[in-house]
Amino acid sequence: MKKNIIAVAVGSLLAVSASQAMAANPIKIGTFLAVTGPASFLGDPELKTLQMYIAEVNAKGGVDGRKVELVHYDTGGRAKEAVNFAKRLIKKDRVDVIVGGSTSGSTLSVMPIVKKNQIPFISLAGSVKIIDPVQKWTFKMPHTDRMAASKIYEDMKKRGITRVALISGNGGFGKSGRVQSLALAGNYGIKIVADESYGRKDTDMTAQLTKIRDTDAQAILNFGFGSGPAIVTKNIRQLGIKVPLYESHGVASKKYIELAGAAAEGVRLPASALLVAEQLSDSNPQKAVLLAYKKKFEAKYGPVSTFGGHAYDGLMIALQAIDRANSTDKAKVRDEIEKTHNFIGTGGVFNMSPTDHLGLGLDAFRMLEIKNGNWTIVK
Amino acid sequence: MSAGSATSVCALRYTVDFCSEGEVCMADQILQFLLTGITVGATYALVALGFSIIFNASDVINFAQGEFVMIGAMATVALSANYGLPMWLAVICAVLITICVGLLLQRFAIAPAHNASVITTIIITIGASIFLRGVALLVWGKDIFSMPPISGEEPIHLGQATLLPQNLWIIGGTLVMVLGVHIFFNHTTHGKAILACSCNRMAAHLAGIPVGLMMLVAYGLSAFLGAMAGILIAPITFTSYDAGIMLGLKGFSAAVLGGMGNPMGAVAGGLLLGLIESLSAGLISSGYKDAIGFLILLLVLFLRPNGLFSKAATDRV
Repeated sequence: MKKNIIAVAVGSLLAVSASQAMAANPIKIGTFLAVTGPASFLGDPELKTLQMYIAEVNAKGGVDGRKVELVHYDTGGRAKEAVNFAKRLIKKDRVDVIVGGSTSGSTLSVMPIVKKNQIPFISLAGSVKIIDPVQKWTFKMPHTDRMAASKIYEDMKKRGITRVALISGNGGFGKSGRVQSLALAGNYGIKIVADESYGRKDTDMTAQLTKIRDTDAQAILNFGFGSGPAIVTKNIRQLGIKVPLYESHGVASKKYIELAGAAAEGVRLPASALLVAEQLSDSNPQKAVLLAYKKKFEAKYGPVSTFGGHAYDGLMIALQAIDRANSTDKAKVRDEIEKTHNFIGTGGVFNMSPTDHLGLGLDAFRMLEIKNGNWTIVK
Repeated sequence: MSAGSATSVCALRYTVDFCSEGEVCMADQILQFLLTGITVGATYALVALGFSIIFNASDVINFAQGEFVMIGAMATVALSANYGLPMWLAVICAVLITICVGLLLQRFAIAPAHNASVITTIIITIGASIFLRGVALLVWGKDIFSMPPISGEEPIHLGQATLLPQNLWIIGGTLVMVLGVHIFFNHTTHGKAILACSCNRMAAHLAGIPVGLMMLVAYGLSAFLGAMAGILIAPITFTSYDAGIMLGLKGFSAAVLGGMGNPMGAVAGGLLLGLIESLSAGLISSGYKDAIGFLILLLVLFLRPNGLFSKAATDRV
């Protein structure tokens, strides 16, 4: 009898300490980002954003009384590294949810692992292939390249443009954008009259643009990121080409305007409202969120880019889902992410569903024009 | 709308020129392809030149040459933008910094391995290039930077084809530097002493040539050429901590194409590579231009392993 009492006492003591340990267990957010390498302009602000907001959440007491912990690996933009790090996040670090994958290549190569291990994964990469077809465990934050192409074609249609010359970078982003642009052109009554490409580190595109100049194109569409689009923009001016130039959301940062200089005047591109937060009307529900993010980021790190904004959206959606699920049970968190409704983020207002793991409409994009070295909204 | 007017201008011109519209535009196109090829090729040539010097001195291919180019440009941008130095002073300081890097590289990475084989030394330079890239990343960050051109951005028109004033600076700079290098190696005692070191290090030493000093001079000189190349090219190509990878690769290809260790060959190789790329982008397919460039490089190596413009297996001293 006495022995039994001791056993019960010891047992309950263990149970209490175990439950205390559970309460103190941090929520582990895993991430793998291209913080260095060619796609560092994506991964760098993304990591800074995650670190900044996780610190803020913890300062306010965490989620459900639990601290949030970030486990981070730098992929250098290499898909193979992403696969290794994703495995390590799941098996060794035992994270609860993954928010990461700066490039489409790294996201797509990690998706099978995520599926096999059944862990919620919010991607920060652009390609439409990530969510079409929908894969149960993968979600994504940025607008797709298909949405970008649609938005651009909509604007072209308004201006009466029907013949378009396409020039795209030969990286994953440019290639994917090219495929979407070619596929969608017909829907908007647009004919692609030239289809050129350039290498990621090419320093001169005048040969390709000379060919384009001698077509009857009424506009040029450039899908790419990094230094390529800035060189294309400068080369177009150098060759005296007068038709309008459309860039993709891949250049939606001040760096592009700085690099291309005067040649960027009049260039149009689709981008999230973050770039023009101040110009939005006060009734716009996004305005407060955008200004708050912008102010916080710029106070610490300098000019804001839309890419860091995606990391903000992803982190907040993940934490809110964990909060609603009241646990870090992977299946429950996944279900809650899928139920994300009316979440006001930097990319737009998210409404997810079992058939839509992005949850943004075409209206989440704004068509911008560069005027006097600054972004303006095209009415 | 303006595309329509461009076509009508073309139509107007061919009625005057009495040839078909296609032909007129084709000739203009080819002129632009040639100009593009020459201007891009001049940047490759400028980088290739640096490879030649160190090869001449030690038979080593210095794979950190691209990093010299990057450091020259990045240091100029950083000094003028962050520290507010006037452009000319920033350029001088950047060139001096790059020369120091070249000297330090030789003194602390290459010289201690003086008994190592050429292959080992080449591997050391690859390691050095990765190290320098890492340092640049830490010091200057990951951004891409632009640099103002020397004399404006108003394009110069040659018929329907155009080029930028900066292109002329690059071509001019290449010419001046290749002549300087040529005179140095063929008409000065120091230059000949460097050649002697590569030819037979022991004999050069016995003849009273300070081999170690000559190696330092060679690395300093190629760092100088690299920095000048970087500064001249940056207004057109932009620069970033990893800009040296591509420039180094293309410069190396140009040097191999023209014949390693031959400054004139390096220039010819650079121009040839630029022309091949631009003509294949313009006339065949922009997607395959790099593949075509490397295919031709392989063919040249297969048929003339010492490069197009080298006198195979003859000694230069």
